[in-house]
Amino acid sequence: MSSFAKYWKANQVRLAPWVFLTPGIFMFLMYVIFPIFQSASLSLYEWDGLGEKEYVGLRNYVELMDDEAFYTSLKNNVIWLVLYMLAIPGGLFVALFLNQTVRGIRIYKSLFFFPFVISQVVVGLVFTWFYDPSFGLLNVVIQSFGFDPIAVLADERFVTYGIIAAGLWPQTAYCMILYLTGLNAVDPEQIEAARLDNAKGWKMLWYVILPQLKPATFISIVVTVIGALRSFDLVSIMTDGGPWGSSRVLAFYMYEKAFSEYGFRMGYGAAIAVVLLGIMLVYISGVLYKMYRDEKGL
Amino acid sequence: MFPKPIEKSSATVQNLYKVALPFALIIWLLPLIAVALTSIRSAGDLTSGNYWGWPTSFNMVENYTAVFTNSPIAKYILNSFKVTIPTVLGVIVLSSMTGFALGVYKFKANLFVFFLFVAGNFVPFQILMIPVRELTLNLGVYNTSTGLVLFHVAFQTGFATLFMRNFIKALPYELIEAARVEGVSEFRIFWYVVLPLMKPAMAALSVLIFTFIWNDYFWATVLTQGADTQPVTAGLYSLNGQWVAAWHLVSAGSIVAAMPPVIMFFLMQKHFIAGLTLGAVK
Repeated sequence: MSSFAKYWKANQVRLAPWVFLTPGIFMFLMYVIFPIFQSASLSLYEWDGLGEKEYVGLRNYVELMDDEAFYTSLKNNVIWLVLYMLAIPGGLFVALFLNQTVRGIRIYKSLFFFPFVISQVVVGLVFTWFYDPSFGLLNVVIQSFGFDPIAVLADERFVTYGIIAAGLWPQTAYCMILYLTGLNAVDPEQIEAARLDNAKGWKMLWYVILPQLKPATFISIVVTVIGALRSFDLVSIMTDGGPWGSSRVLAFYMYEKAFSEYGFRMGYGAAIAVVLLGIMLVYISGVLYKMYRDEKGL
Repeated sequence: MFPKPIEKSSATVQNLYKVALPFALIIWLLPLIAVALTSIRSAGDLTSGNYWGWPTSFNMVENYTAVFTNSPIAKYILNSFKVTIPTVLGVIVLSSMTGFALGVYKFKANLFVFFLFVAGNFVPFQILMIPVRELTLNLGVYNTSTGLVLFHVAFQTGFATLFMRNFIKALPYELIEAARVEGVSEFRIFWYVVLPLMKPAMAALSVLIFTFIWNDYFWATVLTQGADTQPVTAGLYSLNGQWVAAWHLVSAGSIVAAMPPVIMFFLMQKHFIAGLTLGAVK
């Protein structure tokens, strides 16, 4: 037996995990972890993507502070974050509605989940027609009540809300499925005990059911926050940031700056992405903290 | 069970529920039903403004044939498969190994590596955009399926590791201990003891990753251009630009593009839902 084989045999429990981890870690470092730092460093440069990079220190960030479009995007991101949370009670509501055992309920559950399975591109197109001022279903309904049609996606006041509504559709479906599985795991004995104590309706939901649904609520919040901050597809498809940039969000604005037709501004785009990451980091650390406590059994 | 099982309610409530179910479903899926309806209308219906009434003629076959003959949608769909299938395979291979390493072995850096995967998975894509595009260009795989596959495999490994690791952690550890006592090597333990038990997790993960990647639009626009390599999400967006006002064709195209993940979902429903919750709710 060669000395290498001997060494391996004696130490394989210590070495094996690293052998198994190497390919995955390598890919993840190359495509995910390093790029985060590369972007952070790039945000200190001015670069058109082709020529020389020029070090400009914090100039991109200083410029951001005077950039009206940046504030619009930031404000829209906050609106997204807040309103997207509606998917959580919405999902819970639908889950409660569907948590029955009548015939065919499984098909209903699947069909309610449908919006999440289809691509956001399709969702975006569907809602663009839905809002269309001349023939969209929304305006057909509005007009039948005798009101003037509203061009939701062409109106600065409504556009962001219109897109968020489209996003809430699949997101609610997602939260619904999380809650449906959560409801499956609720302890029936506790419910019976609470029923004997005359708890029902809202009281039962609030004091008995919701505490048991905590894991589902936690993960719903996580995926909804991520969804809200990643919102790019719908904005790009439904309005392309318009009208006049009023529906931009940070993710979209960053893309626009980095690859715009007015010249690539990679460094500036990277600076926007760093701000977005900063917002996300608050949540990431919260999630990791909770997972850490769970792992340590605290 | 909560809410109270409907069978225990009065007959009126029960009937009300049975009526409310399909009604709610129609409202919920109304936007989608509208698209499905539009996709079988004639162009004449649309020009005469008949968007919501009964179609004057059913042009299902014509419209769907037109979509396939007048546009590169078949090519787009093929491109999507070329990206999605290798990604699913790659993710499964990498994440069963990382999940095994993190789920079975106790070593100092275990939790740190695990959290690295989890945290990376939550990062907003945009921060990766410019460097990943550069990397893809430098590797000479910009505007190829390979370029997209490499990135997707790497990124999805984060989520998949979380998923696999939690699954493996729930397996009985005694199995591995027993094998070790028998003198079975670590690689054989992975291959013959753990891997066969991971089949349900792999099935769930495959469906999930398939759906994620099939529906990806952002990376498709960043890493590819043109009908030769673009997947169907990006393709559909450019078709939408070309077919202004030809809504019947755009809707038919949308339905076609949405089909594969929908079929996948219905075939593998059990796994899909298990997947969504297994990786998430422990």
